[in-house]
Amino acid sequence: MEKTLPTQPAELVKPPATDIGILGWLKANLFNGWFNSLLTVIVIYLIYLAAPSFIQWAFLDSSWAANSEQCKMAGAGACWSVITANIRFILFGFYPHDLQWRPLLAVVILVLLLVYSRNRSHWRKSLFYGWLVGLFVMGLLLKGGLFGLEPVESNNWGGLPLTLLLSVFGLTAAYPVGILLALGRQSKMAVIKSFCVVYIELIRGVPLISLLFMSSVVFPLFLPEGMVINKILRAQVAIILFTAAYIAEVVRGGLQGLDRGQYEAAEALGLNYFQTMRLIILPQALKIVIPPSVSILISAFKDTSLVVIIALYDLLKTTQTTLTDPKWMGYSAEAYIFVAMIYFVCCFFMSNYSRKLERELDTSR
Amino acid sequence: MRHVKRIIPSMVAAICLSASVAAAGTLDDVKAKGFIQAGVNGDLFGFAKPDEKGVWKGLDVDTARAIAAAVFGDADKVKYTPLTAKTRFTALQSGEIDVLTRNATQTLGRDTALGLNFAQVNFYDGQGFLIPKALGVTSAKELDGASVCVLPGTTTEQNVADFFRVNKMSMNPVVIENTAELSKTFFAGRCDVMTSDASQLAGIRAVAPNPGDYVILPEIISKEPLAPAVRHGDDQWKDIVNYSVLAMIGAEELGITSKNIDEMMASTDPKIKRFLGVSPGNGKALGLDEKWAYNIIKQVGNYGEMFERNVGVNTPLMIERGLNALWTNGGLMYSPPFK
Amino acid sequence: MNAQVPDKIPFFRDPSKLSVFYQIMTLLGVVLLSYYLVSNTLANLERQSISTGFDFLGKEAAFEIGESLIDYSAADSYGRALIVGFLNTLIVSFIGITLTVLLGTVIGIARLSSNWLVAKLSAIYIEVFQDIPVLLQLFFWYAFFYEILPTPRQALAPLPGVFLCNRGLIFGVPHFHLAYIYAAIAFGAGIICVIFITRWSHKRQDESGKIFPLIRVSAVILVGAPLLAWLLGGAPAEMNVPALKGFNFKGGVTISPEFTALLLGLVLYTAAFVAEVVRAGIQSVSKGQREAAMSIGLKPAHVLNLVILPQALRVIVPPLTSQMLNLTKNSSLAVAIGYPDFVSVAGTTINQTGQAIEGVALIMIVYLIFSLSTSAYMNWYNKRIALVER
Repeated sequence: MEKTLPTQPAELVKPPATDIGILGWLKANLFNGWFNSLLTVIVIYLIYLAAPSFIQWAFLDSSWAANSEQCKMAGAGACWSVITANIRFILFGFYPHDLQWRPLLAVVILVLLLVYSRNRSHWRKSLFYGWLVGLFVMGLLLKGGLFGLEPVESNNWGGLPLTLLLSVFGLTAAYPVGILLALGRQSKMAVIKSFCVVYIELIRGVPLISLLFMSSVVFPLFLPEGMVINKILRAQVAIILFTAAYIAEVVRGGLQGLDRGQYEAAEALGLNYFQTMRLIILPQALKIVIPPSVSILISAFKDTSLVVIIALYDLLKTTQTTLTDPKWMGYSAEAYIFVAMIYFVCCFFMSNYSRKLERELDTSR
Repeated sequence: MRHVKRIIPSMVAAICLSASVAAAGTLDDVKAKGFIQAGVNGDLFGFAKPDEKGVWKGLDVDTARAIAAAVFGDADKVKYTPLTAKTRFTALQSGEIDVLTRNATQTLGRDTALGLNFAQVNFYDGQGFLIPKALGVTSAKELDGASVCVLPGTTTEQNVADFFRVNKMSMNPVVIENTAELSKTFFAGRCDVMTSDASQLAGIRAVAPNPGDYVILPEIISKEPLAPAVRHGDDQWKDIVNYSVLAMIGAEELGITSKNIDEMMASTDPKIKRFLGVSPGNGKALGLDEKWAYNIIKQVGNYGEMFERNVGVNTPLMIERGLNALWTNGGLMYSPPFK
Repeated sequence: MNAQVPDKIPFFRDPSKLSVFYQIMTLLGVVLLSYYLVSNTLANLERQSISTGFDFLGKEAAFEIGESLIDYSAADSYGRALIVGFLNTLIVSFIGITLTVLLGTVIGIARLSSNWLVAKLSAIYIEVFQDIPVLLQLFFWYAFFYEILPTPRQALAPLPGVFLCNRGLIFGVPHFHLAYIYAAIAFGAGIICVIFITRWSHKRQDESGKIFPLIRVSAVILVGAPLLAWLLGGAPAEMNVPALKGFNFKGGVTISPEFTALLLGLVLYTAAFVAEVVRAGIQSVSKGQREAAMSIGLKPAHVLNLVILPQALRVIVPPLTSQMLNLTKNSSLAVAIGYPDFVSVAGTTINQTGQAIEGVALIMIVYLIFSLSTSAYMNWYNKRIALVER
């Protein structure tokens, strides 16, 4: 069993051309095996079917700044002018036309705060206060009435600021409630525990749309005669109550994720229940639940689109209202694509962030 | 426990007291807050819908503006609450709005059991059918087996079901609450025929890819007197709403328009003098300024002007006056004497 | 430290007494609040003379419903109309959940595929469908159906007796005959038979190691038994074939575009979430398991089926349950695209009767029943697979 060693030096033997470079990559990633090759071919064929006509419609044949008559004349392509002509109503709803810089500024502040908070090294107490001030300033910008800002009725709020308001304020306000519910569910006191369990399971068992119906149709009957609560506030309360139940479950997961020893150590130190929770348990538990909380924010953000059904003018409703105008009725695809893009960009940003956070927190443990 | 027993009622009382607002007359409330809160449709072109700048336009909007002009002398002192068919009556009953101008049909049930009061009708409507000409249907009685797009109102679904049952026909409804969505569905041919109030059908036909391809069938299967509504039990406020609409009709009868009204102030016709408050009396009787009618006509216009501006033949809706013409022209619009 | 130990702990320091105090306060608070709300409501109902109670359920509904699993006409009662809505919700949720689990699993596995294109496309799919509100997606799919499909008069006929148009997919079904009942019974008996054979074959395999061709035998039983029953019943072949009469197809069974759009929207949306759940579950199984399975010579399909999935299921089932519930709850959005689900029918009922409280209460109760029964079933299933895992 003798074999002669190859005579030529090893570095002269090159790997087969099909294993390196583009070809190698293609082979390794797209055509490894008959099944994968088949999949690749099918996928490429489908893309070939769909992409050209979409590009033709959306870009090549489209009109961007025409009025509706010109769009009708132009025919086949997309009519993006339905967006450009109505952009201010779609984004800001009934907000007075010459004051629309205020909601715009509020949205910009919110986005800046979010972007700044992305980096975990910025998480300090001052950032928390920054958020409080920021939320207050946003509220002030929308509402007005102080510092010479003209007051604007909340009935006139609409569009993107309303969507953001309902979801961001909704989550912020729901968080404390959710924590209380989670603690209540863990509590040893039978009465409190059962109330919390019933509440959480009840709310999680019904669709948001039924709570919104309730807030708009049934809730006014609960109030004494003559007392009226603003429509947006009612929807906001419904969203808070709804979100709180989901947060409670997430927080409960965090509480259960903690080691029993933490409770016992706190008890051994002589801390009472509130001190234990505030100083030992919640800071650790809440850290664990940050990524799932971002997911809740994402669903809250998407779910606000359901307020369409009770005629609040959020982003989707302002878009639909634009589409009831005879001039623009035929261009719903364009308008819906535009709104879908806004939602997608926001949610994509948040879910990416939540994944990044998950990785960071994972390694730190 | 005795403490507790004493505390509970007083707590309840405290909550109730702090919560309840003095239920004074609506007019006083409205004057105190400085504007009228009107419940409107929000999606209905020609009746109530904001334009690109978010400014409300339409027949129902103008009706609310007329009331504001009567009360404040300023038609702009109105705030609008968009309502769905489901929420509109609750909003009025709970006091969220002062007047409902949301193409609501006056019915006996609503006038009584729902605790509402309807004022003068501002649009006489009726439920009809819109159908593509290509189907060759000339009467609603030929619709057996059709798919019907239904825009749900409170009575629309019932009316159409009744009509098909009475005529021993079957139907297959597709119910969507959003006008734009439903119209697109209809134009794409999902349904053979669409049913709603005739005024809305006119609007929907106007936005068809080819309006000439569609026709409204002659049958009107229901009576829909659309009227502003107020809460039961506040007669003064109802009078104000009622006469604000009637004033616009009366002005058209008297030939007063927003353009010629200042010349009319100098008129020697005692009817016109009384109407415009030159000879006082009407305003005091209603609890309003004597120039209330003047303000309505000056700022909003008479009924004819309002109609033509919002829904008339020169708008995309192209609705003829029909039942909504003055009684002198064969319509139903008739105002009592202003004296 | 000369503080005296008090012989009695003051009540505000005694946890057990405090706990009783807190509980009483909570109870009191809740009772007071409900009393306050209920009394307000009663006063309001009285003042506005709105009628109360569920009497309306027996009254004539007087509106038509687009699609129904049971016989229904406008002359039936509100109660029956609501049952129609209930069944419509049930069917769309049930089919939706089944398809979602299938599609979600496929995409979750595809997400981990070694084919770059497939993995990337799955990732894009998951991201896009998760991040757009489901309501918008429903509008899109509905528009897709009614814009693309032809009118009934130009209906596509891919197979004889099957029509596809913007009124839906219409196909023939057999006329009713007793033989079909026999076939159904035979099918049921076949299932029971298969269960027993499965148990027996597992036992035999455990004892002797012999493999029984279970799938093939089961298939023969499940197809053969009903077929035999049908043949013995006289082999009726008469079909209820749809035909274009007037405006629409008469006869046969119609699957409406509303139903399909709702189903598709819900399935595609929820499947994106399920895919993530499945991916996380598969990744939670340690690499060593896969390597060990491959080293003992299992086929790739068997590695997935016998080793990876059973372990991944433990991680997958709880979040999967909540996704199933989400689908059921999201089916309430049917109201936006005209599918007569429970919320839609209840909405019409509220519209016509003005009894909002009862209507909303019914909606909540029905969804609670759906949710609680789904979670009960999934908890049972979860326990079962936990036992199998040992």
